[in-house]
Amino acid sequence: MLAQQLVNGLTLGAVYTLIALSFSLVMGILGVLNLAITELFMLGGYFGFTVIMAHLPLPLALAAGMAGAALVAIVIEKLGYQPFRTAPVVTPMLSTLGFSIILQNVVTNVWGSDPLQLADEVLTQRYTLGGVSVSAMQLTVMGATIVLVAALAFVVQRTSMGRALRAVAENRDVARLLGVSASRITLIAFMLSGALAGAAGVLIGLHYAAITPYIGVEIGLKAIAVMVIGGTTRIWGALIAGPLIGVLEVMTVAYGGSQVRDFVVYGFMILILLLRPQGLLGGSRSDQGQRV
Amino acid sequence: MMSTYYAGLLADVGILLLGALSVYIILATGQLSLGNAGFMGIGAYITSYLTVIAGVPVTLALVIAAVAAGAIGVVVGFPALRLKGIYLAMATLGFGEMVRSFFLNLGAMGGSEGFHGMHHISLGYIWSWAAAILLLIVILERSRVWLDMRAVRDDETAAGLVGLNATTIKVGAFGFGAAVAAISGGLFAHHHVYIEPGNFSFERSIDFVLAVILGGSTVGPGALVGAALLVMLPEYLRFLAEWRFAAFGALLVAMLLLRRQGLLDRATFRAFASRRAA
Amino acid sequence: MSATGPVPLLALNEVSKVFGGIHALTDISFEVRPHEIVGVIGPNGAGKTTAFNVITGAYRASRGEVLLDGTPITAEPSHRIARAGIARTFQNIRLFADMTVWEHLLVAQPHSEFPLRRLLPMRWGSPHALRRAQEVLEFFDLGAVRDRLARSLPYGIQRKVEMARAVTARPKLLLLDEPVAGMNHDEADTIRKLMQKLRDTGVSILLIEHDMAFVMKLCDRLYVLDFGVMIASGLPAEIRANPAVLDAYLGAAA
Repeated sequence: MLAQQLVNGLTLGAVYTLIALSFSLVMGILGVLNLAITELFMLGGYFGFTVIMAHLPLPLALAAGMAGAALVAIVIEKLGYQPFRTAPVVTPMLSTLGFSIILQNVVTNVWGSDPLQLADEVLTQRYTLGGVSVSAMQLTVMGATIVLVAALAFVVQRTSMGRALRAVAENRDVARLLGVSASRITLIAFMLSGALAGAAGVLIGLHYAAITPYIGVEIGLKAIAVMVIGGTTRIWGALIAGPLIGVLEVMTVAYGGSQVRDFVVYGFMILILLLRPQGLLGGSRSDQGQRV
Repeated sequence: MMSTYYAGLLADVGILLLGALSVYIILATGQLSLGNAGFMGIGAYITSYLTVIAGVPVTLALVIAAVAAGAIGVVVGFPALRLKGIYLAMATLGFGEMVRSFFLNLGAMGGSEGFHGMHHISLGYIWSWAAAILLLIVILERSRVWLDMRAVRDDETAAGLVGLNATTIKVGAFGFGAAVAAISGGLFAHHHVYIEPGNFSFERSIDFVLAVILGGSTVGPGALVGAALLVMLPEYLRFLAEWRFAAFGALLVAMLLLRRQGLLDRATFRAFASRRAA
Repeated sequence: MSATGPVPLLALNEVSKVFGGIHALTDISFEVRPHEIVGVIGPNGAGKTTAFNVITGAYRASRGEVLLDGTPITAEPSHRIARAGIARTFQNIRLFADMTVWEHLLVAQPHSEFPLRRLLPMRWGSPHALRRAQEVLEFFDLGAVRDRLARSLPYGIQRKVEMARAVTARPKLLLLDEPVAGMNHDEADTIRKLMQKLRDTGVSILLIEHDMAFVMKLCDRLYVLDFGVMIASGLPAEIRANPAVLDAYLGAAA
């Protein structure tokens, strides 16, 4: 039973990891909390759903969700971040909030506020591994997450673009002196973060075989807690915190009732903010420079 | 005679006004709170419990709820001192969600089923509270206390050096803001005569912030402008109806870009006030 | 503790301040007496601003004590030290971004009245504050810019506003951190005369400055810091001739 919950928790945790990474990229590189990510997550899910309902293959749905969300993220970067890049970081945060409000309204009008459901569930085969039953969908979610995270890690650690991202995270002015175009980098950061959020949306939608315009606030917002718990100064903190919070949440629902789960998750977040602001994976408190 | 529908709108303006003021008070010390719906919820549930189960008259119930919420606000205000900017925003967001989750789990007050049984209050009653509190704040803005708050917002270190205790001021603002949000909640509960945790969600907190930023974040009456805008504008621009939120989102971005202090600012308010007096 | 003579207004007894491995101040002792203008000079990084920060409570001394009128204030929070009678200005001017000159003078008023009066509109609750603010406004000749946003004013005027704000609560001791930095000769002269006027009204002044001519003309006594250590103290004429001081400045002209 416990192991079963563990699997469920890890599946949810995988989705949290993706969204938290999305938040973390923008927060780590620009210091901004991009509140539109919750709705990019939701929007990606809708794009993916549209593809699935047209009976097109799963990988295409994932690609559609990621590409669609990334495109909208570019628009938000141009209109919602660039004009405010010199203002105190709370201002672009509020501006992305404005975009999240717009996005949710648009989706509600285009697709309706009732849940969109898949006619048939996808990937319902179940496998039994060591006494635990795992569905093919759960394996897909976790597998896709691992692939995406690995791809992100490769980009960040091994490509020149990733090097540039890290440079800007360390110090924008120095990066500019070295010839790194800060505005191109922020665009890439937004795009990557949009793609990750969009992927998470497709995966969660497929997992539940349904999607509503409200999953952004219901699920996406909690990913902020995941980011904080993992450590806002280290984006890889999300890799630990995602599964941790996913499992914590599933356990809380199983043993404490679904009504307390948000209380527990956000309570944990506030404790971390107050007692160990660098997060579980962040270094010492003075380790503020190492972001990406 | 006013139609029930129109009366309902005006009631919503009054309730939103108080919520917006709660954000404004805290913002005046430089702290952005994204969780004031939590204090509103606390006020709603406490007043409802008092009037429905304990048989307390609604005015007294509101006062008790405001004091209780104020105390909670002070308790929240202390750890909040350690956080700035976005981190404070995130923590307050978390607080708001924790409160909502708390009431979801509180079977005694209905949990997810919600709570009802409150007596309906009149529009006049709602606006007695709303107008009184707005007036109180307008008067307070001319006092030394408000100047002290603005100093703490502008430069906490320099404020300390002119003898201001930033801790007392910032924590006090949280308490005061929480109390005002609680009254908003109590009035909401007795106007809609049914409450559920979903009424006090992150979206509600955002409504408050939106009203302040759009209406004017540097003067109290800005909250009135914002509340009126959010509730009434869709009524006058009927074609907007389904797109009202997108419009407000766009308006938020535009306002941040073009007129960061919001529609009503100190200069405009002073000009308006002196023209009225002449 | 010497028992001779009256208690000094401000005394630092063997104050040290260590940050991690950095010894910003080591065993600094000095004093300021009533009706004095004392200067603290030394090369950049000598620890002068650190000493100010220790006095005003921004930093807590690692060792030693700070006494105001004989009472230790070493561990007091900034706002209480301010209320006890120490005011300061900053090297990089720290005005309130959103306030007019007049509002600066109002917010700096002492908090001596009954707390509830502070909730009333100022015209009714604190008329004395309005009067005092007017007084300070005139003393510093800032009447013309009374209702201007302080940070929109020219640099020299901003410095005056900062000083005016510091003086409003009638402090016993005024700490000025580079009050004439970036000013031309005439502006600096105006400030010098203002400071002398202030001293005559009973305010003691402790100042940090790099402008040697200014310091020599104005100060009754000088202390010289280098690398957080006091290397000389005395009258301006003595300091000017002190070889250790000249050494520390690497021959920089006095």
